[in-house]
Amino acid sequence: MSATGIGAAVRRKEDLRFITGKGQYTDDVSRPGQAHIYFVRSPHAHARIKRIDTKTAAGMPGVVGIVTGAEFAESKLGNLICGWTVLSKDGSPMKMAPHPALAVGKACHVGDPVAVVVADTLAQAKDAAEKINVDYEILPAVVDPTKAAGKGAPLIHDAAPNNTIYNWHIGDHDATAAAFRGAKHVTKLEFVNNRLVPNAMEPRAALAEYDAGTQHLTLWNATQNPHVARLVISAFVGIAPENKLRVIAPDVGGGFGSKIFIYPEEVVCLWAARQFNRPVKWTAERSESFISDAHGRDHVTTAELALDADHKITGLKVKTVANLGAYMSTFSSAVPTFLYATLLSGQYAIPHIYAEVDAVYTNTVPVDAYRGAGRPEATFVVERLVEAAARELDLDPADLRKKNFVKTFPYQTAVASLYDAGDYNASLQKALQIHDYKGFGKRKRESEKNGKIRGIGFATYIEACGVAPSSLVGQLGAGVGLWESAEVRVNPTGSVELLTGCHAHGQGHETTFAQLVAERLGIGIDQVNVVHGDTDKVQFGMGTYGSRSGAVGMSAIVKALDKVEAKAKKIAAHLLEAAEGDIVFKDGKFTVAGTDRSVAWGELALAAYVAHKFPTGEIEPGLKETAFYDPTNFTFPAGCHICEVEIDPETGVTSVVGWTAVDDFGTVINPMIVEGQVHGGVAQGVGQALLEHTVYNDSGQLVSGSYMDYAMPRADNLPSLKVDMTVTKCPSNPLGIKGCGEAGAIAAPAAVMNAITNALGTEKIDMPATPAAVWSTIQQLNKTRLAAE
Amino acid sequence: MYAFTYHRATGLRHAANLLEKLEDPKILAGGQTLLPTMKQRLASPTNLIDLDKVEGMSEITAAGRSVTIGALTRHNDVHKSPIVQQAIPALAYLAGLIGDPAVRHRGTIGGSVANNDPNADYPAACLALGATIVTNKRKIAADEFFKGLFETALEPNEIITKITFPVPKKAGYYKFRNQASRFALVGVFVAKRPSEIRVAVTGAGSSGVFRVPSFEEALKKRFSPKSLEGLTIPADGMASDIHGSAEYRAHLVNVCARRAVAAADEKTPAE
Amino acid sequence: MPTVSMKVNGKDAKADVDPRTLLVQFLRENLRLTGTHVGCDTSQCGACVVHVNGKAVKSCTMLALTADGAEILTIEGLANGAQLHPMQEAFRENHALQCGFCTPGMIMTAVDIVHRKGNNLEEHTIREELEGNICRCTGYHNIVKAIGAGARAMSGEVTKQAAE
Repeated sequence: MSATGIGAAVRRKEDLRFITGKGQYTDDVSRPGQAHIYFVRSPHAHARIKRIDTKTAAGMPGVVGIVTGAEFAESKLGNLICGWTVLSKDGSPMKMAPHPALAVGKACHVGDPVAVVVADTLAQAKDAAEKINVDYEILPAVVDPTKAAGKGAPLIHDAAPNNTIYNWHIGDHDATAAAFRGAKHVTKLEFVNNRLVPNAMEPRAALAEYDAGTQHLTLWNATQNPHVARLVISAFVGIAPENKLRVIAPDVGGGFGSKIFIYPEEVVCLWAARQFNRPVKWTAERSESFISDAHGRDHVTTAELALDADHKITGLKVKTVANLGAYMSTFSSAVPTFLYATLLSGQYAIPHIYAEVDAVYTNTVPVDAYRGAGRPEATFVVERLVEAAARELDLDPADLRKKNFVKTFPYQTAVASLYDAGDYNASLQKALQIHDYKGFGKRKRESEKNGKIRGIGFATYIEACGVAPSSLVGQLGAGVGLWESAEVRVNPTGSVELLTGCHAHGQGHETTFAQLVAERLGIGIDQVNVVHGDTDKVQFGMGTYGSRSGAVGMSAIVKALDKVEAKAKKIAAHLLEAAEGDIVFKDGKFTVAGTDRSVAWGELALAAYVAHKFPTGEIEPGLKETAFYDPTNFTFPAGCHICEVEIDPETGVTSVVGWTAVDDFGTVINPMIVEGQVHGGVAQGVGQALLEHTVYNDSGQLVSGSYMDYAMPRADNLPSLKVDMTVTKCPSNPLGIKGCGEAGAIAAPAAVMNAITNALGTEKIDMPATPAAVWSTIQQLNKTRLAAE
Repeated sequence: MYAFTYHRATGLRHAANLLEKLEDPKILAGGQTLLPTMKQRLASPTNLIDLDKVEGMSEITAAGRSVTIGALTRHNDVHKSPIVQQAIPALAYLAGLIGDPAVRHRGTIGGSVANNDPNADYPAACLALGATIVTNKRKIAADEFFKGLFETALEPNEIITKITFPVPKKAGYYKFRNQASRFALVGVFVAKRPSEIRVAVTGAGSSGVFRVPSFEEALKKRFSPKSLEGLTIPADGMASDIHGSAEYRAHLVNVCARRAVAAADEKTPAE
Repeated sequence: MPTVSMKVNGKDAKADVDPRTLLVQFLRENLRLTGTHVGCDTSQCGACVVHVNGKAVKSCTMLALTADGAEILTIEGLANGAQLHPMQEAFRENHALQCGFCTPGMIMTAVDIVHRKGNNLEEHTIREELEGNICRCTGYHNIVKAIGAGARAMSGEVTKQAAE
């Protein structure tokens, strides 16, 4: 390993601009003459829009234009779409209702935009917006997913009777039922997987500019996938042909999924920029983010685990209702199905699994992928069940897990996934040792002395990353392929531009991708410049989400580098007057095997462009190669997280006092960055388990609509984390990478809740386990105990 | 934020004159509550009178058995004040719990008390310590000052100039934070004064800061956390929201009171 | 419109402003100092922290007019030319940032913590002092490490300056 090569904890190249305030996020970009747009949003969860009076507002100072949903509809643009078709059990396609960028006739959730004001300044736009009079007829609303399909629930979209989008299933119903009939023990639990608001710290933003001369539109957008945004906005919404639209995703301040999707705001900004022939800027305020960014999770699940006399798991039955909100967001349909139920086997050999998922509309903000996207929900189901089963059977939860782990690979699960490699017991054992599992009893007694209740919980999770290959996702209903592209441009001086279709918004690609290229070509990482996030520079790419950039994006880079090396060898053979097959490339030097004749990388690069005396018939001048890489399978990161909590029974406050994570991410490019990803994921998972609570009241108002009521994890909510790794390489890609971005968020909620339920001695507590919830659970238990005595 | 006219007061009298003559005026002290409220368009004063450059209103002095704190004293300055730390350490401790470090650099004691947020910390200290709120017109006992949610005895043209706190024999504060806002879900200030014992509660009540006579009685017999064990207060009158039921708040009042008494018994207040 | 003038990162800045202009808007829009960010509207996230007369302040919760005559230090003014401030170095060295959005506010807060609490900071002190700064990426683990290291490095700075 070189000092900057694969496996080295190289300090990040991108940091200099961020620590000096020189980052360029969308809102930092300003264009001459730019106007500001303000979205008038429905204050009601479900309401007919009878009339919108804009007359007074139109005369307000600085107003450039006002457009209502009905007026916007006259432009005959397409709707926003969900790009993944899921079929119901009966084979019928999901019921996707129209999602216009601005609501027409009816608003379906608080925050649904119904009109926009464009003005010289944002303050003027807001002042004018207040003078717009929208006459609403308030309709009954439904927010609870378990009630949405029931009798008497208000119908949200005509296209979806009973507010039902699909009734989907996977696995063998009959075989699973038989397994339960033969079971010695059955553990049954009910869960709510709480709705979360992603809260990337940079609010979403868009800035659109129109060049009337070239009829070219440019969009600066806080997005995780600029090419997908351009494709959808061109091909489906129809704002402009793809070749007349440039999407730039500059520095993006976190995404966690919420910036994958194509939202109304960027579409309307583009349209307005052309309509008013002025650059138009929108930046969400945080309170606006709460009611307009796609939320995450929101499942209600009943699940049962069957075990035989030998404590082997023999079956799993899961029934989930997934709340998709008021409209189907870009990838919403796939999250509670293919990204969820296909992982329900966890790390275990479970011969029979059957899962049913009903997706429903409600009068709430749309729900889509949020860090982990379906996989945290699956892990929560499996890991809570296994832990509860161990308690019911009076077994050590680590032992029950070990007994049921998948041990031979490849392993075909009962829910379609084909696990390719792993050593689940290795990560469990390492975690037990690092955590000092044996010392838990002693620590628990210490806590008792101080009036505290200590608990410990595990999550041995599985995740699927790098969702692929394209042929498979196509069969599953995806509207796109999930390959990745890379282009290696070698400059005449030997430095390199690496163009990638991935997009970094915190992941450190400018460093890790450079590490890969630099090591391969034998040059310094400062000689490699990573270019991403601009559709005019990078030809096409699928962006960054689902922990795909290492496994898929870097594989594409490897493939492009293979091509560069092959051509370079051709050139070297010509320069060294040797046979191509005799050229060896090592440490940045091309050598004729067995001789001391060589040409250095820099000389070769220059020769490629100077091309004097080139046999141009055989070798084209220049050195630049592109590759598209489509993996052969998903990757399956896995690991073991152990959480230890201490509860103050007087107040119900839960403190996370210990955390051990041992993850198997396959090959690690930069351990510093990988550990950082684990830290962040764990914090988000702890947030879900203890703090973050998205509350709608019955009339559909978001009660937790700001940081005053939505508790974000802060530094004092978390301990220092012990993070370590085991490695089994992924056989499905050339580098052996599995992916690390979501692991923490997948493992943590289950680990925390297993620790809390261990401490309290009951399985009956939902996330978030706030102090109030823990306290009232303790009160309930005390009452039950008293009654029993 | 709605448009407003800005006035920079050069002194207390200037501010008072502006307040008297301007239409729909509002005083801007540290702005840590007012500005967020205005940003959300929940407050819309026509005229804003900024006290930031007013001098002589941020002094802390000790005289006899009391400490007087100028209304424009920032929370961090109260927290760091050797005078307050020495005379009423619980008050210095409380000031260090308000908002966060950056908020404490701007927020003022006068602004906080005048705003009387039901989840703010200072009202509990004022009420428990028997403070006197001094304005440009008169002196108001804390007992008469706090009138409910965001309501005080202040007249529209009155400006708080300073607050005088009698030095107690002992005092302690315990704050149980709302996990989201970090305001007090429940905060209890306990003061053992020469003449009486007071227990004042912020955060919990549905109509602002209040005292708990039954706890005060119990502590009079013996100033110890044990004296409060088993005592309850009714959930009626407690606030209830997504952060906690009325029952939970009522329960926390007792927990916080016991911890505040314990803190009062320690030399330095509990962290 | 009233006029406001202040010294920002050592340079005089003056402009006529709408009274409702917040200090952060003045910095970002009038002076194009876009390193100071806005991440919330309830004064909680801390992405906007700058120093006003040497003290950390949330610039989204202060009117530009209130800052008249003040000395403001933003993230852009923290380094000494090409020489990074020790806290900036510590953030890079300890991988205390990912997306970078909260970072300017974190660093400005961190420097303020050291000014108030000294160079030897315990972990729990750092965690408590970060109450007003939210990061969604790092889980704070490396931020806490970086602030501890940066604080120690800042004591070196003081010694160095004294020696010079």
